[in-house]
Amino acid sequence: MATGVKPRVKVPGSASAGEVITIKTLISHQMESGQRKDSDGNKIPRSIINRFTCEFNGQSVLDMTLEPAISTNPYVEFQATVPETGEFKFTWYDDDGDVYEDSKPITVG
Amino acid sequence: MLKRTTTALAAGLIAVATGGWADPDENQLVVNGDIEITTQAAAPAHLEGLSEIYSGWRFREVDTQATQMDDFDNPAFLAVDAAQEVWNTVEGEAGKSCATCHGDVMESMKGVRATYPKWNGEAEEVRTLAMQINACRTDNLDADAYGYTSGDMTAMEALISVASRGMPVDVAIDGPAQSMWEQGKEMYYTRYGQLELSCANCHEDNYGNYIRADHLSQGQINGFPVYRLKNTKLNASHDRFKGCIRDTRAETFKPGSPEFVALELYVASRGNGLSVEAPSVRN
Amino acid sequence: MDFTRRETLALGAGAALLSFLPFRANAAAVDDLIAEFTGGAEMADAGVELNAPEIAENGNTVPIEVSAPGASAILLLAAGNPTPPVAKFGFGPLAGSQTASTRIRLAGTQEVIAIAQLGDGTFARTSKTVKVTIGGCGG
Repeated sequence: MATGVKPRVKVPGSASAGEVITIKTLISHQMESGQRKDSDGNKIPRSIINRFTCEFNGQSVLDMTLEPAISTNPYVEFQATVPETGEFKFTWYDDDGDVYEDSKPITVG
Repeated sequence: MLKRTTTALAAGLIAVATGGWADPDENQLVVNGDIEITTQAAAPAHLEGLSEIYSGWRFREVDTQATQMDDFDNPAFLAVDAAQEVWNTVEGEAGKSCATCHGDVMESMKGVRATYPKWNGEAEEVRTLAMQINACRTDNLDADAYGYTSGDMTAMEALISVASRGMPVDVAIDGPAQSMWEQGKEMYYTRYGQLELSCANCHEDNYGNYIRADHLSQGQINGFPVYRLKNTKLNASHDRFKGCIRDTRAETFKPGSPEFVALELYVASRGNGLSVEAPSVRN
Repeated sequence: MDFTRRETLALGAGAALLSFLPFRANAAAVDDLIAEFTGGAEMADAGVELNAPEIAENGNTVPIEVSAPGASAILLLAAGNPTPPVAKFGFGPLAGSQTASTRIRLAGTQEVIAIAQLGDGTFARTSKTVKVTIGGCGG
């Protein structure tokens, strides 16, 4: 599943100090559940993103465990407090060992 | 979804309790709080069986509707993003990309989706958007054609459709396209399969009613390609046609076949006056 | 991923079977998962909220939101799925609220359960039944 996996992240570009902002994330991934069978009746092995984290300047915002019951193209919406100017770092962990990353800067003015 | 609903309300989704298990709802579709989508219009003059036409969006549950109201919530935009990269990437023996000739897709493709399928005088045929994309690929890029309903194709159709979102569907049915339009119209009213069902039996005579647990729409295609929650990918109108005809227990036509091109032309013209809303979200 | 109608029906039938024969096994699986999360602690009724549609148009993509002010973590389970775990949200010091939304798969009409570990270390539980409709036209 290492090919064609692309994250989309929506974070406002600026905020006031201490403001609570909403973050939306979406990543293209099949999230193969391990419950399905192929046309020959063989079980299709599980292959999912099993963990998603969001940090701001090294501090945790969200650490989420994902199971096969999360839909294809996992979508997560949550809120973060922005204490200062800095960078949000987003990381998705794939069953196959791949790690997908994205980051978004935000300015506190 | 309390918060989602609140967001949707703020964006103009006004939920009105409907009196029963029928009819489209009264919600209004505004995308990104900005693009007003016409989801209801007077039926075009050629259409005798309906007085009002409605987008399929009006027949969906509020949660499904809300997913289409923000391009970030709409998973079809994963495909749109991918197609935007393809648009700018050189491909094929001619050393060109889509952008080499067409520049910014949002400028050059504005209004295109609204008029397809349409007559191509040079090729002397009615072309769907998919046919035109493939003609461009093989003739101008010297690249391989996409599969007619492939993921690459539906993604490119979705990207091109975004440039026309909110514009009224305006498919020409006269002139050289007329004979094919007549053929499509005849198909629409022909009963197919062991169940002897025509398109009209469900989508003209019974829209608003339930078929099992599914709320029947008018079968408008102004939202295609459609991201379906069911299979979590973009779906081409010809694949929907195929599924519908198969469900009548008939041998179906092939996506891209002259029969489906004719049917697409006719069905598209039934939506003249609705906004282009592709890529839409349905169940 | 693309569940055909037959597969979806099979999943539903599987869930139905589970509720007859090894119902205890599945209920036990849910109980075990909860016990693992709470360490067997009592669960209050207030303190965690679960927003989900009463009727989901398609079980493949069901929007859901959990919220528990002050919580450190929220566990989400779907009791009628072949494997009940759905997600666990761990909220860090910079979480702006202890709220998260996602989209989940439900193999049929069933109870969705959210359990939160609150700021004082106690636990709260809530649940909601989501009806999953099966469409009229498989294509």
